[in-house]
This record gives sequence, C-alpha cells and structure tokens, in this order.
Amino acid sequence: MFGYYLDLALRSLKRHRVLTGLMVLSLALGIGACITTTTVLRLLSGDPLPQKSDRLFYAQVDPNAKEGYIAGQTEPPATMTYVDAMFLLHAHRAKRQAAVALTSGKIAPQRANERPFYSDGVQTTADFFGLFDAPFEYGSGWTAADDEGGSRVIVIAGFLNQKLFGGANSVGKTIRMNDHDFRIVGVLKPWSPQPRFYALDLGGHDYGGDGDAMFLPLKTAMDLKMGPQDIECYNAVTDVDNLAAAPCMWLGMWVELPDQAAVADYRTFLANYAKQQVAQGRFSRDETALLDLMGWLRDQQVVPDDVRLQAGLAYGFLLICVLNTVGLLLAKCLRRSREIGVRRALGATRGAIFGQFMVEAGIVGLVGGLLGLGFAELGLFGIRHQPAEYASLAHLDLSMFLFTFVVALVASLIAGLLPAWRACAVAPAPQLKAS
Amino acid sequence: MELRPILSTLRRHKTTAWLLILEIALTCAIVCNAVFLIGQRLQRMDLPSGIAEHELVQIQLGHVGKNVDAKAQTEADLAALRQIAGVRQVAVANQLPFSFGSDSNGSLMLDPRQQQKTAQVAEFMGGPGLLPTLGAQLVAGRDFQPGEYVDFDAAVQALHDGDARGLPQEIILTRGLAKRLWPGQDALGKTVYFGNNLPFRVIGVVASLARPKQLEQGVQYSTVLPISMTAADGSSYILRTSPQERGAVLKAAVAKLKQLDPNRVVLVKRTYDAARREYFADDRAMAGILVGVIVALLTVTALGIVGLASFWVGQRRRTIGVRRALGATRGDILRYFQTENFLLASFGIALGMVLAYGLNLFLMLHYELPRLPGIYLPVGALVLWGIGQLAVLGPALRASNVPPVVATRSV
Repeated sequence: MFGYYLDLALRSLKRHRVLTGLMVLSLALGIGACITTTTVLRLLSGDPLPQKSDRLFYAQVDPNAKEGYIAGQTEPPATMTYVDAMFLLHAHRAKRQAAVALTSGKIAPQRANERPFYSDGVQTTADFFGLFDAPFEYGSGWTAADDEGGSRVIVIAGFLNQKLFGGANSVGKTIRMNDHDFRIVGVLKPWSPQPRFYALDLGGHDYGGDGDAMFLPLKTAMDLKMGPQDIECYNAVTDVDNLAAAPCMWLGMWVELPDQAAVADYRTFLANYAKQQVAQGRFSRDETALLDLMGWLRDQQVVPDDVRLQAGLAYGFLLICVLNTVGLLLAKCLRRSREIGVRRALGATRGAIFGQFMVEAGIVGLVGGLLGLGFAELGLFGIRHQPAEYASLAHLDLSMFLFTFVVALVASLIAGLLPAWRACAVAPAPQLKAS
Repeated sequence: MELRPILSTLRRHKTTAWLLILEIALTCAIVCNAVFLIGQRLQRMDLPSGIAEHELVQIQLGHVGKNVDAKAQTEADLAALRQIAGVRQVAVANQLPFSFGSDSNGSLMLDPRQQQKTAQVAEFMGGPGLLPTLGAQLVAGRDFQPGEYVDFDAAVQALHDGDARGLPQEIILTRGLAKRLWPGQDALGKTVYFGNNLPFRVIGVVASLARPKQLEQGVQYSTVLPISMTAADGSSYILRTSPQERGAVLKAAVAKLKQLDPNRVVLVKRTYDAARREYFADDRAMAGILVGVIVALLTVTALGIVGLASFWVGQRRRTIGVRRALGATRGDILRYFQTENFLLASFGIALGMVLAYGLNLFLMLHYELPRLPGIYLPVGALVLWGIGQLAVLGPALRASNVPPVVATRSV
C-alpha cells in the first residue's frame, strides 16, 4: 500500500512542479536556518569536560563592602583574593583543588635566528592537571612542594613543544620565559576544552584556539611579578604589586567533589569560612556559592544573547515556512477534490486518502531536509567567516545531520496534517456529480 | 470596487485565507522587530568617538619586566617616530575609544564620604600631546601644562606610600560626564574624587571622548589624567597623519621601531579605523544576519502568496470566464485579485502589529531592548502591502487573460 501511495505522491508532485518546488524551497530555507543556529547553540552550550563536569565545582566568597548588598540577591564576585584562595587550597577539604589565574609571557626561541614571541599561560597550583584531566604526552605536573617553594618549573602545551623542540621529549630541558629560566617538567597532549571554562571571568578567551601554551606554579609567577590578566579590587589599593596581601580578587577556585555528601560538606565548610571571616571583621557579607561546571557556564552566560536571538529568529522563520507549506499543500489537495472523489467512490477508505496525502507531505519534507542540509552547510560556512571566537568550531556533526531529517519530517508531517484531513473529509458524491 | 463579492468568496475559503493572514501576520511581527534590531545595531556602530578617527594609527610593543631606561627609550621612540614623513603628531596612550585591549577604569565620586561611586569612568592617560594627537576637542578650560604631568611609576609609588601629593591634581572630563555630575553648572574648578581620598580639580572639558569598553557604564563617561606613561607600561604609540598616508606611516613606524631595537615584539599595529571595525564586528555581523533573515522571510511569504493566488486563479477559471462573458473587463478581474490580496494583507498586518508588539515585549524582558518605536509599524505595513501586491501581480494578470469563452465550455 505504502508503495502505491509513494507512486501516487510522486506523480502528483511531478504534475505541479512549480508548486512542489515552492514548498520544498520554503521548507528547506526554514530548516537550513534552524539547523545552522541550533548547531551554534549546541556548540556554545556544550560540555567542555563531559567525563567529570558533574564533579567539578567553582567556589566563590564575597569580600566586598556591606554597601549595596542585598542578602540572597547579590551574587558573590567571580574571583577571590589570594588570602581566601590559599586558605581553601591548604584546607584540602576537596579531593583536588586548584587556584587559577591567566597570564602571558615572552618566550625566547631555542634557535638563534628566530624571534621571541608572546604566549598565553596559566598560573595555577599542582592539582590543576589531575583536576581537569589534562593529558600528558611526556612527564607530569609539578608537586605541592614546587608550589610552596616557587620552583622555576613549567608545563608546556604540545603545540609549544612542537614549535620549540620539534615535538621531541623536552622534559628536563630549559626554556627562557620573561628572561628567566624554567625547567620543563611536563608536556601536554593537545588539550583545549571548549569553552575554556577555567578562564572564564579571568580575562581569557572563551572559544577557539589551541588552548594555553604554558602552565606554571602560582607562587613562581607571583615571585616574578607576572601579573594576572584581570584584577578587581574592592578597596583602596596601596600596593598593587603585592598581590598576596592586596584587597584584590584575581583567582578562580576549582574543587573536585566526588559525591553529593562531599558537595554538601564543602558547602557547609565554605559557609562557615565566610561566617568566620564576617565575625573577624574581614568580610561584611557571608554570601558564598558553589556551582558545578555547567551551572558556572550558565551563570557566566557563555551563550551570547545574539546567538539565542538568532536561534529564536530561525525557529520563527521555520514556523512561517511550515505555514506556507500548509497553505500550498492545502491548495494542491483542494484542486484534486475530483480525483479524491473518484478514488473514494472506487472504494478507498478515508484512512487510505489520509495516508496518501501524508506520504506526499513526507516526501516534500525529506527533499526539503536534503536541500535544507545544503542551506545549513552554507549557513555554517557563513558562521565560520564571522568574527566570533567560536566561529571556526561551527561544523555539522552526525547527530545534527540526523536531527535535520527529524526536523524536516516532523515539520512536513505537521504541515501535511490539515490538508490530509481536509482531503479525507471530501465527500465523493458531489465531486462525481459536478462533471 | 465592490468589496462584498470578494469577502463572500473569502468566506468560502476560510482555511486558506486564514493561513495566508497568519503567515503575513507572523512575517510582519518578525520583520518589524528585526528592522528595529538592525536600527539598534547601526546606532551603536555609529556612536561618535570624539577623536580624529581616520587619521590615527596605533602601535603597541610588548615589554617584559621594568626597564630602568623605559622613559628614555620611550622618548627616543617618540622622537624617531616624529621624523617619519607624513606624521603630524605622536603621543603615548593607555587606551583608545571603542577598542579591544587593556583599559583603565575608576570609580568617581563627588564627595569623599560617599560609599557608592557616582560613575564608573574610563581613565585616559599617556603624556603630553595626547589630546591634540587624538584630535579631541577642548570646549572649556585648558589642556594640561608640562609641569602638571606625573610619571606613571611615581604615581604608583605615591599610591603605595599613601602620599596624595605625589599624584596629579588636575583632571579633564568629557562634556557628557560633566553634565552627568553637575547638570546645568560649569564644571571648571570643581573637584571629583577617585576612591575615597584622591581629589582632582577639573581644568578642562572635551566635547567628546568615548570609552574603550563597558559602554553600558556610559559611553561618554571618560576622564583624562596628566600621567606620563611609557611603552613598557602597556601603552601604545599613537601617530596622527593624513588618511591617505596611514598605511605607509604604519609600515615605516614599525620598521623604525624594530630598527631601534630588533628584539622588541610588536603586539598591535593597526589603523584606528581597523580597531573600531574590530570592536563593532559582532554588531555588523548581527545586522547582516538580520538583513538576511528579513529578505528570506519576505521571499518565502511572497512565494506563499504567489502559490495560493495561482491556485485560486486556477480554481476560479470558470467564474472568471462567466464574469468576462457578462461584461467584466480585464481590468476588473485584475483589480479583483489585487483587492483581494490587499484585504488579506490588511488583516494580516493588523494581526501582525499586535504580534510585533507582543514580540517586542518578550524581547524587552529577555534581551534588555528598548520599546519598539511606533514608526516601525506603518513602515512594516507598507512593506508587506507592497510585497503582497508584487506577488499577486503575476497570478492576477494570468486571471485577467482568461477568455470569456471558458464560460461556455464544460470543464
């Protein structure tokens, strides 16, 4: 039966080429727009560390003055002071913990005829690599003792190792950064979580690129006065060079908590710390926060308003395209009232007529989906040439490829419902009488 | 033209008529809001910066640590840059309006006892000649005098020692900021405070100087401080030249700086126009996408109208034939379909305006957009009427060509 409907549908679509073309084109445009924007939306709201994002948490406390504080409404600032970060770090209340700030440094070339260049880096503490599952090609991270002693050690990214040492095992070798010698203790495999979640609100870029080029102990960076990318001070600063004591926030604090109980414990620990600081007069707000990684991304609004607006527009557009298809399908089916009348008189049931028209709508949908895929590729090509940081990452993957056809079929079948229902409601007798 | 027969025909095709009306209404709603969004973006991209945009180029060098001779080096660089053919003025600046890179901001207060800041302002610093090089226009008071400048390092040291005397005492504001601080009063001679304890006396007002970033804090809330910076403080060299010579000057300047010290790293080299373009690139892209959406929407709607009108014409061939046989002219038939489309479009537009308003309310709630000005509604209406008439013209002409003899034929 299905084969017969298919044959009928194809014949009918062929008979009205222009109308069919219009339907397919309009549906394809709508689908193309939707798939393009949905791909970008999915890319931006993706999980940068799927294997452990539910175990990573971002801790926040609030050292700001009482002024302007509304309990329960004012969110704590994104970064914390050195004093607070060090307390949390040394408390060891989580499985792993790391304080993070971004930096950049001038790296001297290994060969004589090359020029020095600047690279982005991270100043952090020993747990960073285990915390974020950063994979090592050679060597490993540094130790807590290196953190305490401010050792001149460094972990470099694979691409930097490629650039400086041609990809050979460089552990134990020395590189010169900001006119100081550092001993390489580890080389990472390519590692560039998207978005670069640990850099959000530290002054880093969100998307794209190969990731940070170098990682060095926090204390070492402070000893060498490599300022962090972003500093926010909540009090009059007397000595901005002495970041360890300045009333300034510049560190992001990440902790790994294996289960719900640990999370609850840590929350209490954090709240108690804030209360204790208030009692000592160092804080005037006891607000704290402990968001998991995806919650933190939402809080930081990694999906720009523009992208959400574009997605909304695209779905509005698809709605109009579906309406358009409904109208055209309806027009077609009403024109065929006589054909329907004949088929009904010859014994076709209402269900058969309904099925026939739905198959026809489905074919329009599938062809529209195929063409829409082309439009989506075109749209993504356009997105890749946009100035946004995530632009280069916009590609159609298998799930979006399948999703395209789901959208196309659903849209066309919804569009086909009304015309098919109208078609099967045609009474045979008057149609036959008219001629 | 008699409307009754048209209305009674439409009543017999309720579903199709409603579909068309709904489609036009949704298109109208989205197009009105999209045009409004484009207007917003264009307005943002068009914000005045207050400087001689087409005459400036910027070069920023990378420095590591503190050179003892940074000041001397900067002086030597400036002297060398002045020698380049086509360069009119040269200065050091820590930031430029509407550009990415590091920027300085401070909390400004009117009273040292205040707990909350009055405004969050951008702090432009650099050294002598900054304002004339940028081309910022002084409208009241005067520029800083050479004796009023304080070196950046000395200012940091003074802050460190808590010694306000080591800091500059003067400040220049934009007219926009002065109006915000003292509405209707003369700003000259007044005192503002950074933080709670650092007073500055207003000695000059510039017509306009936009801030680099954080535009939501007040685009024109900028200040200029008499603090001399060096290239080692992360500042840039700003060169003023003529619009035609910018490319050549930029190239020559970079070559000159590298010649003075081959080991330096050039972090930024660009014309100011390029910096500004980069800053507003997202807005330009969004405006482009919106234009694309509008065109696609109108096309799809027009195609829908063409399709339905063609169908109606085909379906009514006999009726048209009968009317022609009874004396209706071709013009009558043409006008019949045109009026029918006009009526449908009008219904759609009326509904669309309500939808447009609702959509705008939704956007205001979620995207901090202003209210849709009323002017967009009639413009949207005109566009849709136009599109409708254009789309129906083909099918209507075909209808008017139906010969009267059709009436006599059995189908």
